[in-house]
Amino acid sequence: MSVTKEQVQERVVEALASFGPDADTITPSATFEELDIDSLDLVELAQIVEDEYGVVLKGEDMKELKTVGDVVELISTRAA
Amino acid sequence: MGDKRRVVITGMGAVTPLGMGTLPLYERWAAGVVGIEDGMGACLDFNPSDHFSVKEARRLDRFSQFGVVASDEAIASAGWNGEKPYDPMRISTILATGIGGISTVETNHDLMRQKGANRISPLGIPMYMPNAGAAAVSMRHGLQGQSFGIVSACTSGAHAIGIAARMIQYGDADAVLAGGAEATLTEFGFACFRAVQALSEIGISRPFDERRDGFVMGEGAGVLMLEEAEAAKARGANIIGEIAGYGSTSDAGHLTAPDPTGRPASMALTLAMQDAGVTPEGISYVNAHGTSTDLNDASETLALKLALGEYAYKIPISSTKSTIGHLLGAAGAVEAIATVQALNARVVPPTLGLERPGEGLDLDYVPGQSREMVVVGDGPPVALSNSFAFGGHNVGLVIKGRG
Repeated sequence: MSVTKEQVQERVVEALASFGPDADTITPSATFEELDIDSLDLVELAQIVEDEYGVVLKGEDMKELKTVGDVVELISTRAA
Repeated sequence: MGDKRRVVITGMGAVTPLGMGTLPLYERWAAGVVGIEDGMGACLDFNPSDHFSVKEARRLDRFSQFGVVASDEAIASAGWNGEKPYDPMRISTILATGIGGISTVETNHDLMRQKGANRISPLGIPMYMPNAGAAAVSMRHGLQGQSFGIVSACTSGAHAIGIAARMIQYGDADAVLAGGAEATLTEFGFACFRAVQALSEIGISRPFDERRDGFVMGEGAGVLMLEEAEAAKARGANIIGEIAGYGSTSDAGHLTAPDPTGRPASMALTLAMQDAGVTPEGISYVNAHGTSTDLNDASETLALKLALGEYAYKIPISSTKSTIGHLLGAAGAVEAIATVQALNARVVPPTLGLERPGEGLDLDYVPGQSREMVVVGDGPPVALSNSFAFGGHNVGLVIKGRG
């Protein structure tokens, strides 16, 4: 299975939008803080990512992530 | 007793099967409307997106949502207008529930069975814990005094009000947002209550009637703003009533059946009257627990006779559950609100569906239609509000209306 970064980006935006923020505001440079995405949301995101791409994101991995672009980058790299 | 701090009611909020807010609860009940459809008292007018953002809604179980919306109304009707009249650390929150976030438990249990234990939502625990509603209310309004849930099945809401009153009387708080919330109208919820044979098979709530065959489950929330009387007066609050007395006992008998003598239950009512410094002759109305179960309505009648003596036959008694069903952990709070409304309207709302009283049920249960309340004694009208529960918990509240 190969996924493009664009596909990952699209899926991440969809997932984050379901947590509350407007889809328009979820750009690669948007920070989780700006989007009011907290640690509980990120655990949910990790579960979705694992279901979709088989990429396991642990608490340690997530801690370093600040922006939407960061998480898309990490998932794309691991999924490749 | 003389120098005890007094506890007044300055605001109320409700979400019930009769509609959004406290107004339909009183108006529709007094008009004889039954809020029960298809064997349940569902809050059909409740729409989460009217009150919550996507993020807020998906982090609150339905019971917490009810509690928050009722709290919003209670705070607004207390006239706080976005500003707290007291030190936030001296404003407390008690939101009781009998069960907690049962639909969240069900959803996550399904997820675990279908996808594995590691697919349970991180929001599971913070949504279904029975204190989740209290936490949500405290956070939403920045209330930083002590906050917690109270769990005592169908007395939960009444316990919340009683304990809140004690908190203010003792001096630990200047104001307490107190009430109960419940949302158990799920497949599992119905199955569980059906299994204990407490639910009405025919889906009709008719307390004290000989044909009663169990309670009808309802959902919703009731929250009261309680304030210390002098502080409330000083800020010019609109005082709508008073929590004048609280009493509570336990049967220490059967797990689900009430003590058949009604004795421990009657003692809760007696203690509440003693706490308020009132006697049965000073009581104008009794808001009964009146579940429409065979056992409760019989033992409650005995408890009322023991606690009120000859006045048990004179005081009008009615059950809010005849219009909205049994709101479990929210019942005591919603019924306290209905009691205040009845006292202030000087109207006794009816026990709907009651046509033929059961054997030995020979009190004045106000069948079918509202009637004018005859206020006895001087001063503000006084009522007794009863709550009893699985587990043998008994609570009496003495509530005063406007003078």
